[in-house]
Amino acid sequence: MIAEAGHYALVLALALALIQSTVPLLGARWGDLALMNVARSTAVAQLLFVAASFVALVTLHVTSDFSVVNVFENSHSMKPLIYKITGVWGNHEGSMLLWVSILALFGGLVAAFGNNLPLSLRAHVLAVQAWIASAFYLFILLTSNPFLRIANPPIEGRDLNPVLQDIGLAVHPPMLYLGYVGFSISFSFAIAALLEGRIDAAWARWVRPWTLMAWIFLTLGIAMGSYWAYYELGWGGWWFWDPVENASLMPWLAGTALLHSALVMEKRNALKVWTILLSILTFSLSLLGTFLVRSGVLTSVHAFATDPARGVFILLILCLFIGGSLTLYAWRASTLKQGGLFAPISREGALVLNNLFLTTACATVFIGTLYPLALEVLTGEKISVGAPFFNLTFAPLFVPLMIAMPFGPMLAWKRGDLLGAAQRLTAAGIVALVAIAVLYAWTYGGSTLAPLAIGLAVFVIAGALSDLAERTGLFRLPFVTALQRARGLPRAAWGTAFAHAGVGIALIGIVCETTWNSEYISTMRPGDVANVAGYQLKLDDMAQRQGPNFREMIAQFTVKLDGETLSRMTPSKRNFTTRGSSTTEAALLTRGASQLYISLGDVTADGAIAVRIYHKPLVLLIWFGPVLMAFGGLLSLSDRRLRVGAPKPARAARALQAAE
Amino acid sequence: MRRSLITFAFAFAVLAAPAAHAVQPDEIMADPAKEARARDLSRELRCMVCQNQSIDDSEAPLARDLRLLVRERIAAGDSDNQVMDFLVARYGEFVLLKPRFNPHTLLLWLVPPLALLGGGFALWHYSRRREQSSAASEDSTAKLTAEEQARLEQLMAAEPAADQPN
Repeated sequence: MIAEAGHYALVLALALALIQSTVPLLGARWGDLALMNVARSTAVAQLLFVAASFVALVTLHVTSDFSVVNVFENSHSMKPLIYKITGVWGNHEGSMLLWVSILALFGGLVAAFGNNLPLSLRAHVLAVQAWIASAFYLFILLTSNPFLRIANPPIEGRDLNPVLQDIGLAVHPPMLYLGYVGFSISFSFAIAALLEGRIDAAWARWVRPWTLMAWIFLTLGIAMGSYWAYYELGWGGWWFWDPVENASLMPWLAGTALLHSALVMEKRNALKVWTILLSILTFSLSLLGTFLVRSGVLTSVHAFATDPARGVFILLILCLFIGGSLTLYAWRASTLKQGGLFAPISREGALVLNNLFLTTACATVFIGTLYPLALEVLTGEKISVGAPFFNLTFAPLFVPLMIAMPFGPMLAWKRGDLLGAAQRLTAAGIVALVAIAVLYAWTYGGSTLAPLAIGLAVFVIAGALSDLAERTGLFRLPFVTALQRARGLPRAAWGTAFAHAGVGIALIGIVCETTWNSEYISTMRPGDVANVAGYQLKLDDMAQRQGPNFREMIAQFTVKLDGETLSRMTPSKRNFTTRGSSTTEAALLTRGASQLYISLGDVTADGAIAVRIYHKPLVLLIWFGPVLMAFGGLLSLSDRRLRVGAPKPARAARALQAAE
Repeated sequence: MRRSLITFAFAFAVLAAPAAHAVQPDEIMADPAKEARARDLSRELRCMVCQNQSIDDSEAPLARDLRLLVRERIAAGDSDNQVMDFLVARYGEFVLLKPRFNPHTLLLWLVPPLALLGGGFALWHYSRRREQSSAASEDSTAKLTAEEQARLEQLMAAEPAADQPN
């Protein structure tokens, strides 16, 4: 009954989406307000129906209704409640339902909070949003229905893959999807602008908060996925240049470029045509990511060919939306008028440079991810493109980007003063040089590249701080005045500083982890001591334990530093009986931003156990950086100017106070 | 197979995937310098039965065989290049995670620098063209409709300090 209700709700959502994708457009064409306003009600109603459908699937999973195929294949009655819920999106059908739910959520949000949008723009945006929604509802209903029943219900389910039974993965997919799908809004705005043939600075101001929101979620989603891989996969790697990771990195790179170009458009009414193109590309890359991950084309081109229903359907959606939007772009972009002029050395120029490097980086990831597939399809020849290729091609693009990064906010709009900016960055440059010298002396004979890279990171962080100091007049004006100016500083300025500093911090983490990581691989017996990076780790004991739906073997370690006991660490290896698979639960000991990491291998015939111990200096900075970037984004999102257009003066006044 | 676990993180697809270690204690070479070389080479070599995973990361039996083979060649006194050539001769280009520069991979290697150069050139060209036709364009921005003009005035009235120099 619940399954049928959920299914029906989804069909109704499709019907609503079809109405929403046509009627408002006719309304806009005829100038009929009532028809244009249809979009608003259908978007909200669509959200309600999809939410009902999603809740239905969650209910089925929570109540372990094994008469539903999706629940049978991915759940187990003994599974903890939280993983019964998160198991909903731990499989293809459920995650697609989550995808459309989030799409409907964004559509509903635009409908509910888009009061300040011109009526016809809102009608267009919501109509485009409904095109995307219709395509994906059809995809779910025709090829990936999560509500299918089994004729003879089994009494027990097959359980969720154990590596997915983890809190990190409970939160990661929704975050990632909020990012992916959030970019659909900027896409819809871009298409709406092309359809209307009009675009201005106000357009950029409306699009920016949505883009920023999607970007924040995508940043956090990628960081969380990376941290999950780090602690769950048992060997301390955190980025693998795997196609599925690249699929999420590409929209992030394009989205980051979009954030910056939208800024130019908002402030200076320039780069319109480019911003529109980036909006289209960013969401196209999100769709491409969905295709790569969902069609199975990555596992093997042949697997895709033998079971093509889903893959071909998504490929069709992909071609329709990307091809259609780019055609529309080619046809209409020339009608958009160019705006403000700027000299090459200016804030705009710096942001254009940022866009050049970010899009090149994105193109690099794109070609590296798709080239092997294309080559195999075209010539049958198989090549591999992996981490060594990306490290060689991708990393160098970030060096000039990061050198330029502190200069951007220091330059004036329209025509900047590079020498002046350099003078204001002198302190940051000196700090960076000192850092390089100190590190070089300290690690003498070691890597020469690492101190340079850290120097660059320090320059970026110090540059972000100098920008704040410069704007508030710290060190120039009395402290109290500086404090007052700091309070009056737009939050976007704080956001920029935090986000840019976050990039530097992440780089420090990456360089330290890859350069000065210590590793210890050996077999140990109870009583053995391992020495890693000055720590003594003694294996005290090994024991067996029974969990709710698994058995685990635990090893007890005592960690000592200079003879003093610091802590105990208990890595384990879990065996999940239903699926017959196992997971490695690494033990982590955090010391500042560094971590000790133990993971267990197999037990040998004579009772010893294979152990891997790592000391990873400053590894946590790798994820702290993105969190800081997301925080910067959040600050920027709360900036007063993005709330401009709150219709009543009273509300605007309150917003002003909140910004203090 | 660990690579397929990554797939879960970003794709939540379902593949059977045991978690275990890659380099086993019994594989490690006595000479740390040679072992370090073996590890570096291992990171450049693909485990051919895995999904885009190096033999250094993979715990598949084939990856173990390849790791032992790499160490065997190093122990026999091969240079890094000789080891790579040996493996390519035996398993083909597919084994290299960083493809060699040849006609088949021309596009792969050239896209990043060409994108950068092409983008840079387009920008230079664009800014030159803009400069030449600068005079006419500034005042030709789209005109607001009456409705928008009214809204704009309303907004400007509501936000006296919105136009900060940021």
